[in-house]
Amino acid sequence: MAHLFSAGKRFRVLPGFGLTLGLSLSYLGFLVLVPLAAVFLKASGLGLSGIWDLATAPRTLAALKVSFGTSLCAAFVNTVAGTTTAWVLVRYPFPGRRFLDAMVDLPFALPTAVAGLALATLYAPSGFPGSLFASGSTLGSLFPGGELKIAYAWPGIVVALVFIGLPFVVRTVQPVLEDLDREQEEAAATLGAGRLRVFTRVILPVLLPAMLTGFALAFARALGEYGSVIFIAGNRPFQTEIAPLLIVTHLEQPDYPAATALAVVMLVMAFAMMLAINLLQAWTRKRLGHP
Amino acid sequence: MPHLRALRPGRAPLLWSAAPAFTRALTVALAVALTAALALAPSPARAAAPEQTLLNVSYDPTREFYRQINAAFAAAWSQKTGQKVTIRQSHGGSGAQARAVIEGLKADVVTLALAADIDTIATHAGLLPETWQSLLPDNSAPYTSTIVFLVRSGNPKGIRSWGDLAREGLEVITPNPKTSGAARWSYLAAWAWASRAHPDTPEAVLDYMRALFRNVPVLASGARGATTTFTRQGIGDVLLTWENEAFLALNELGRGQFEIVVPDLSILAEPPVAVVEANAQARGTGALARAYLEFLYSPEGQALAARHGYRPRHMEFAAPEDRARFRDLELVTIADPVFGGWPRAQKEHFATGGVFDRIYEPGPR
Repeated sequence: MAHLFSAGKRFRVLPGFGLTLGLSLSYLGFLVLVPLAAVFLKASGLGLSGIWDLATAPRTLAALKVSFGTSLCAAFVNTVAGTTTAWVLVRYPFPGRRFLDAMVDLPFALPTAVAGLALATLYAPSGFPGSLFASGSTLGSLFPGGELKIAYAWPGIVVALVFIGLPFVVRTVQPVLEDLDREQEEAAATLGAGRLRVFTRVILPVLLPAMLTGFALAFARALGEYGSVIFIAGNRPFQTEIAPLLIVTHLEQPDYPAATALAVVMLVMAFAMMLAINLLQAWTRKRLGHP
Repeated sequence: MPHLRALRPGRAPLLWSAAPAFTRALTVALAVALTAALALAPSPARAAAPEQTLLNVSYDPTREFYRQINAAFAAAWSQKTGQKVTIRQSHGGSGAQARAVIEGLKADVVTLALAADIDTIATHAGLLPETWQSLLPDNSAPYTSTIVFLVRSGNPKGIRSWGDLAREGLEVITPNPKTSGAARWSYLAAWAWASRAHPDTPEAVLDYMRALFRNVPVLASGARGATTTFTRQGIGDVLLTWENEAFLALNELGRGQFEIVVPDLSILAEPPVAVVEANAQARGTGALARAYLEFLYSPEGQALAARHGYRPRHMEFAAPEDRARFRDLELVTIADPVFGGWPRAQKEHFATGGVFDRIYEPGPR
């Protein structure tokens, strides 16, 4: 018995730590670590200077700009629209709410190529709502050049990325909103706070970390998206070519080192951005006094 | 409190629960790895079944064609040998399919869009001899095709020749040559025309290509995607596409909405076929695979090719109504001095930093 107590330091009340950690390790190892290590290994064939040359080539830079720019735009749109959607779903009872709630998950289930093709057809100048912004239309004349090209241009990529990223924000913000104690809002109101003040000082601080998480998830998902975007992007070098397409282009050569090197560049950049978002999240939590 | 069982006195602590958590975790991880390794180990060879299967790895637009070829060949083969044969087919972008075979897809035969893709399988994986193209008649291409123009009904923009495509304000739809076989043929056809129009001024050829691709608003990843953009989304004035794909668009996608313009000159596209020797040998399907490909050259195979819009090598086997669809034009081959064969054309035009990349630099216009 004595040895049991001497081992007390590593004894855990909850059993199964070794088993579950082992399964998690093999799971992550096989599905994430091994493929990622292979990517880095393959890319290392180019050497650091080779990777740098590839990463700073004008065409690569243009593609990275398109990828990161559209992904950020889409993540911003999703954070605002997704939070609003979550708010509506949680706070107001109305007929069809459950149906709307279920619809949010559709982008998860729909094959992305189908989504891309459908969106491209709808947002082309001949489709609806694409025709609303085509040349000659009232809305279109508001834009320079008399039309807003959605499909096969920058806005089209953002539309596709907004579509695939929407559930991430809704599903991260929704549970937090559900847990939010209404009494806090009521207390704030009795203390004389107006509606805007209640929102900015009571509700938003609680939601912000979840919104940031949703933003990060939607952004990461958008960055890697290929299937839907290539149908709506136009794919023209220097203009609407996304970085994942450039990777596929290299694969087609077949130039594996260049393709993997580009993947590494994207990974490192994405990792840096995720890290920044996480730091920001930790900072807001601390500043706003939520554990 | 079942989870506190280990604390009960009198019960010897199990070795398992006494081991440090990390060791246990490692053991589980190792066990999972071992199981995976065992599952991946080759299983003992099965007894040769009387029924044989063949995997034909092909490119996108050949799906309907090979479905009929497979049925016809299976019937002919069982009549001749009494053996039942099932042919499975796989379709995708030509380059992606070649990569799948290199990465281990056990294709018995490949029937791809370009010789360059089969060359890649030969040089990168050594699954077939590099001389594969000489093993079957007609450069191993039992049928050919060419690139034609599909325009909107009545040809409102009056597009007649390659030169018209570079006109300012025209929209041309063609897929991305980096990812699509059809697009490479279109690109080369345009190049062939331009280098005959400007024989002594390479700079003029390049200017023409720049002007042409400036008119391309969308570079779809594959031929089908480009067809959809043009026919369903109503984008563009002209679609550069396979002749068989143009027939299909004419008949099925929109009757009376489009018409075909055959330019005076185009390229002789030779979609080649080959037995993947290493795979066929390992699976014991060598003779069957060869017979399958030879069937493509038979009168029945040639007639089926013509039915699906491919130009058969032996036009006399095609049904008269199919034959009437193919119009005469000057066809430049890939062996033409302008290109000097696939390996050279591939490297010069489509490799990273090649001519196609250069016509898009220095950037946005």
